[in-house]
Amino acid sequence: MSANQNLQNLQGNHACALAAIRAGCRLYAGYPITPSSEIAESMSAELPKVGGVFVQMEDEIASMGAVIGASAGGVKAMTATSGPGFSLKQENLGYAALTEIPCVIVNVMRGGPSTGMPTRPAQGDIMQARWGTHGDHPTLVLAPWSVEEVYAETIRAFNLAELLRTPVIILFDETIGHLVETVDLTHFLDLEITDRKWADSKTKGFKPYADPGDGIPVMARPGDGHRVHTTGLTHGENGFPTQDAELVAQFMSRLLGKIEKHRDEVEHIDVRHCDDADVVIVAYGITARAAHRAVGMLREQGVRAGLFRPLTLWPFPEAAFKAATGHADLVLVPEMNAGQLILEVERLVSEKTRVAGVNIFFGDPITPQQIVEKAEVELNDE
Amino acid sequence: MMSDVAQNQFNIKEYIRQDLFPHFMCPGCGHGIALRALLNAVHDLDIDKNKLAVVSGIGCSGRVGAYIDANTFHTTHGRPLAFATGLKLARPDLEVIVITGDGDCLAIGGNHMIHACRRNLNLTCLMLNNEVYGMTGGQVSPTTSMDRFTTTTQYGNYEPVFDACKLAEGAGAGFIGREMTLQTPALRDLIKEAISHQGFSFVEVLSDCTEVFGRKNDLGESAEMVLAQKAGYRSDSYGTVVDEPFKPRGMQTGVLLRTERPEYAATYQQHNAEKLKQ
Repeated sequence: MSANQNLQNLQGNHACALAAIRAGCRLYAGYPITPSSEIAESMSAELPKVGGVFVQMEDEIASMGAVIGASAGGVKAMTATSGPGFSLKQENLGYAALTEIPCVIVNVMRGGPSTGMPTRPAQGDIMQARWGTHGDHPTLVLAPWSVEEVYAETIRAFNLAELLRTPVIILFDETIGHLVETVDLTHFLDLEITDRKWADSKTKGFKPYADPGDGIPVMARPGDGHRVHTTGLTHGENGFPTQDAELVAQFMSRLLGKIEKHRDEVEHIDVRHCDDADVVIVAYGITARAAHRAVGMLREQGVRAGLFRPLTLWPFPEAAFKAATGHADLVLVPEMNAGQLILEVERLVSEKTRVAGVNIFFGDPITPQQIVEKAEVELNDE
Repeated sequence: MMSDVAQNQFNIKEYIRQDLFPHFMCPGCGHGIALRALLNAVHDLDIDKNKLAVVSGIGCSGRVGAYIDANTFHTTHGRPLAFATGLKLARPDLEVIVITGDGDCLAIGGNHMIHACRRNLNLTCLMLNNEVYGMTGGQVSPTTSMDRFTTTTQYGNYEPVFDACKLAEGAGAGFIGREMTLQTPALRDLIKEAISHQGFSFVEVLSDCTEVFGRKNDLGESAEMVLAQKAGYRSDSYGTVVDEPFKPRGMQTGVLLRTERPEYAATYQQHNAEKLKQ
């Protein structure tokens, strides 16, 4: 009996690198930082085999710049980092958002703020991923909970970046980054790969930022004949800077609205046992695995509990969340931070629903017991 | 025969985006002369506009690229070399030229500058040195001469001057040159050599800022400024720098250094191909 070649024991970080290549990534620019470095290490081994380029840049800022430069040239590109590096990438991330250059940024979260706890897991960058770069901008953030899901969501990140012409951020944490699990690659054999739409070189009067109707302008590949201008200044349909209020309003509403327009393709959720749930646990990443177990433990105690897990953190899947928590008395939000996604949950729950956080961010993952204990305390308070 | 000559004559209108004119540079600014020299070089080398990518950063120098009828990228402050590195690695078929300034290249982008020199990827970098942050209102820059007045050196500059060419040499750039905007044909020829060189080529263009730098220092109109430049006023002011490491080579212009160090992308391909075969 021959072994299934598609079954592989992979570390989360390695799975991320392999999936990126599977998605068509052909340039990686990075800078060493714990606990994400294995992504760069894998890329340095794998990219030359497929004719791609790995480059270790002089710093995090340069890595982000090189990734955007490569993608502007038409090559799918990615970088990976962790907290301090993620902070440094924010300026160029905003440039990619405004110029609508697709790219993928992985943030393997560690304890913060500042240097914090480099080898310990955390989920402290949920709000930075949403609001980190200055000014109003579209944001797309994915949060897988397992090694196999890291593989799947990395491919999805590239596909969404290409589809929506936007940077996509993948957030996981040190635990998942270094976790080794079996991944069955047969699940991904027929996976569709999305490539951005390129402008036809014969198009007359091509406008690089015109809305073709779906909010996503068609990109011009350098060398194909449309000699366009790309700038981080607010620009009109022709790509050149403008301060005309009407043109700026038109541009910003398309930019901020384009992900909204594609919510159906963007949102990815995992909802379990929420139909009759009095208690809904909202969790993401590694914490959701503890929450899943906690749901089982609570059900054994006779508590009708459910799990709402957004794999797409931003934009937050509002409608699905409201449906899942419609009859809940209590929504619990365990997070390895002082309370970040809970702010979004509080904004969206109905008036009768109580919300409580389980905020443990001292270097260890949250356990199912800790979530159950919190649920018991809250239920006894009622 | 005459028509052939006329056809091959440099006509700047073929290389600029005329619909963007009038341009936004101040009267007397040297950047336009640098732009003309660059486009003339592009013409002489017969570079296809469709394959030309111009990457710039932020500041007055950053806005120059937009006037070129090519693939132009106006990136973030100090980062055009990082951006260009990714672009060139992804698209070796493109001719990638970076336009940066003294603040963009030597201050906020200093780290990218030294590593671009070290890597020696086939890029051409034009640093338009006007000794000042013009766009933001005339603040002191890493190349402002000693004793000069700027809006942030209200009592005269006391900081040592950065010699960009020496920095490029120390960091390993394959080709280094310097020229002033006054010598336009020489500048054009220098840029041609820089573009033709296989590796990282650094060209310091001594430009001038009459509006927010010259005026504050009583340096006269543009013509007086560039003539003073020729007479070597910067050389004199550089000469007042006492720190030995910062002592520049004076006003030497032309090709300052040319080496045959291996080019980065070619080395990358060759090295990995050999290792993967083993």
